[in-house]
Amino acid sequence: MRKKKINVAVTGLNNIDSPGPGIPVIRALKESKVFDVRIVGLSYEALEPGIYMHELVDKTYQIPLPSAGKASLMERLQYIHSVEKIDVIIPNFDAELFNFITLSDKLKKELNINVFVPTLAQFEDRHKANLSAYGKKHKIKVPYGKVIFSAASIPSLVSEFTYPMVVKGKFYDAYIAYNQEQAHTYFNKISAKWGLPIIIQEFVTGQEVNVTALGDGKGNTIGAVPMRKQYITDKGKAWSGISIEDENLMAMTKQLIKSTKWKGGMELEIIKTVKGDYYLLEINPRFPAWVYLAVGCGQNHPDALVQLALGKPVKPFKKYDIGKMFIRYSYDMIVSLKEFETISTLGEL
Amino acid sequence: MSTKKLQYERPIIQRLNTGVMNKFGTKTEYKPVTHIDGNSVKELLAKYGSPLFVISEQTIRDTYQSANRAFKNRYPKVQFAWSYKTNYMNAVCNVFHQLGSWAEVVSGFEYHKALQNGVPGSKIIFNGPDKSEEDLTLAIKNDSLLHIDHLDELYMIMEIANNSKKRPRVAIRVNMDTGIYPMWDRFGFNYENGQAWDAINKIMLNDKMDLVGLHSHIGTFMLAPSAYGIAAAKLSDLAMAVKKKFKKNIQYIDMGGGFASKNTLKGSYLQGVDTSPTFDQFAEAITTSILNAGFTETELPLLILETGRALIDDAGYLLGSVISNKRLADGRRATIMDFGVNILFTSFWYDHKISPAQEFGQHTEDSVLYGPLCMNIDVIRENITLPPLMRNDNVVVHSVGAYNMTQWMQFIALRPAIVLIDTNETAHLIRNRETLNSIQSDEVMPKYLKTFKL
Amino acid sequence: MKIKKNIALSESGFVFDPSTGDSFTTNPIGLEIITMLKEGKSRGEIKSAITKKYNVDGATFEKDSYDFINMLDKHNLTESYEKEKN
Repeated sequence: MRKKKINVAVTGLNNIDSPGPGIPVIRALKESKVFDVRIVGLSYEALEPGIYMHELVDKTYQIPLPSAGKASLMERLQYIHSVEKIDVIIPNFDAELFNFITLSDKLKKELNINVFVPTLAQFEDRHKANLSAYGKKHKIKVPYGKVIFSAASIPSLVSEFTYPMVVKGKFYDAYIAYNQEQAHTYFNKISAKWGLPIIIQEFVTGQEVNVTALGDGKGNTIGAVPMRKQYITDKGKAWSGISIEDENLMAMTKQLIKSTKWKGGMELEIIKTVKGDYYLLEINPRFPAWVYLAVGCGQNHPDALVQLALGKPVKPFKKYDIGKMFIRYSYDMIVSLKEFETISTLGEL
Repeated sequence: MSTKKLQYERPIIQRLNTGVMNKFGTKTEYKPVTHIDGNSVKELLAKYGSPLFVISEQTIRDTYQSANRAFKNRYPKVQFAWSYKTNYMNAVCNVFHQLGSWAEVVSGFEYHKALQNGVPGSKIIFNGPDKSEEDLTLAIKNDSLLHIDHLDELYMIMEIANNSKKRPRVAIRVNMDTGIYPMWDRFGFNYENGQAWDAINKIMLNDKMDLVGLHSHIGTFMLAPSAYGIAAAKLSDLAMAVKKKFKKNIQYIDMGGGFASKNTLKGSYLQGVDTSPTFDQFAEAITTSILNAGFTETELPLLILETGRALIDDAGYLLGSVISNKRLADGRRATIMDFGVNILFTSFWYDHKISPAQEFGQHTEDSVLYGPLCMNIDVIRENITLPPLMRNDNVVVHSVGAYNMTQWMQFIALRPAIVLIDTNETAHLIRNRETLNSIQSDEVMPKYLKTFKL
Repeated sequence: MKIKKNIALSESGFVFDPSTGDSFTTNPIGLEIITMLKEGKSRGEIKSAITKKYNVDGATFEKDSYDFINMLDKHNLTESYEKEKN
């Protein structure tokens, strides 16, 4: 059967030491059995490696940073679409998701571009500060947490928490406090950097496991592959990981996708305690950078996402290979100055 | 000068790959704005001087209608009250009064302004912690709605009522935890610790005044509609408790203001225009709470809204001119404008959108934008990307309608004129440019200081 | 003021300094000025060329070009004063 030609635009081309998911997603799409995919890269900086990886990325356009606003992004996408006729966009950065989510209807209506991303409610609900309520609502165990606005609330925390406890920022940063003094210090440290509120969380120990998954927006889990990191870099990113077998983990993932009717790719960060309890720590509302492991295990999630985006019915994957490993490596490309000049001055390459 | 010469642009050079934002597709930020409601920016400046505030009446009316529609589609009884402190240019107030808004004032000065504009006393809501005995006496005489902020005020009203034939119509301001920070517990009576219920009981047991409403105003530039939902639920709760204990219906619930406008707060990563909730979202949260509180259809209280910022911000523009360009010691470009924090007070907390008022090429540069004051704090934007501006070029600052024309300072320089463009695109001067005399007319010089020799 | 001889210019306004590896972008007038500096033209010659071609008065251009050349200096694109003296 001849494969259908489509154009997919992908962000997250920063395939550097702590990589974005763009290049792994593109590799997955290039292996699609259904589509003959032409890749349009969308980049924010002239040094994103994907721009120069011509065997994977057919053409790249610079797009405005999320902080420039939706109107700027829309205008740029209109231009790119006028040249490329894009069928699907896969955004891969957390920071850009708000704009793509809120633009998705407009992109479909005005340009017939399909974006298969979580709804705004799904995106907002899973924010860290809401995690306790989120767990309750979707019947998923999460570490007990409380949002505080003032360091004056710290002494009274002992009625609900025991030390050590985790002190977290709204967006980033987390520290383990072993006593009140430390809790104070971290409260001040994080609030000075990220503002209020601060999240106090029960300290849960155990083995961290991750799942990359895809929901069809109707409650069905199209695919899910769990992975344990075998080694991490000094930045805390996966250096290598291995696919594992875990029925409970799969059941939890399916329950979450069913309850939230999750639409799009996701990564779950979960702690498995010694007692065998699973606690959800975080949901990333997009594919992780290690998503290609799922392809290696027989589940091509990005390919399935594109099919869903184009309104095609997709049958859930039934199995995946267990014990498959990924090992990340870096690679120095040789790039001509002319190419750098072109992307820098013209905004496309 | 030959007309065949090419358009000049200042030469600029910028280093690449320093990880800064790329310029592709960001043109909307510096798309030239040459006209406001059909009036040329250059001509307005030539006629009324630079800088100049311009208010679009069409924008006010459109914004009001969309807010009004959002609430009326969801709730049967809705009343807006114009928040005078947000912008009390009389012409602006009267646009709102023509649209049907009552007046919401927070001082004796504003109260008299509303009266002078012709607002009936019974349609003035008197808020705020500072009401003098004289203010209260007049407001009671005029049958105005008194929103009590503290117990001292309550006792003062009781005393006035004892010596008057009028029954004061009062409400209390209630503060509460709505899950947002900071909690404005300095105004009114607290809900959670029982202060509010206490105050209500004191009023209900006093037979000289009528408790007609409950009021809250949870914060400013609120980005979470859900917080209003919580506040509306708590006020409704109090109203139901009053009904249960005293068999009396509360006539209105006043949700105050604080809805965010489309401006971008400093430090915010995303643009305000993309993230600020719509009137529909605020309306949905508020009306759902009240409708679900258990009122019968006939008992449903009137819903009063005092939103100011979200109704007027986008209608205001500040036009200004470049005084000079300079290079800072660290190599950054700096542009000095003829307006500063003295008249654009909101630049302390917003990254205002600023557009050039003339056509430009595609090249841009990053710049610091300073005001004209001889004061280090006079910074309009710490960092902005604009085409290369030249001396006497003009810019348009967007969404300045709220708080600037009331919080501006007569400091170092005189304040500019204000023009209102009506719905037929005709410009009307609504406030003259200040003169030396407008500032000095109230000064008094002791006789012995009148002369000196140098 | 002399511009480094090995500076590479392209029509798109891309400026590359091979001795440091730094790259820059400049607008069309900036490009013309750098080109003329490379050709060894004096400031006076540049001024008369630009004011003849573009709609700008001498004083304005003098001020702008002074700032521009200072930036070239700041970006290390000029032969340093020390070298010039020696």
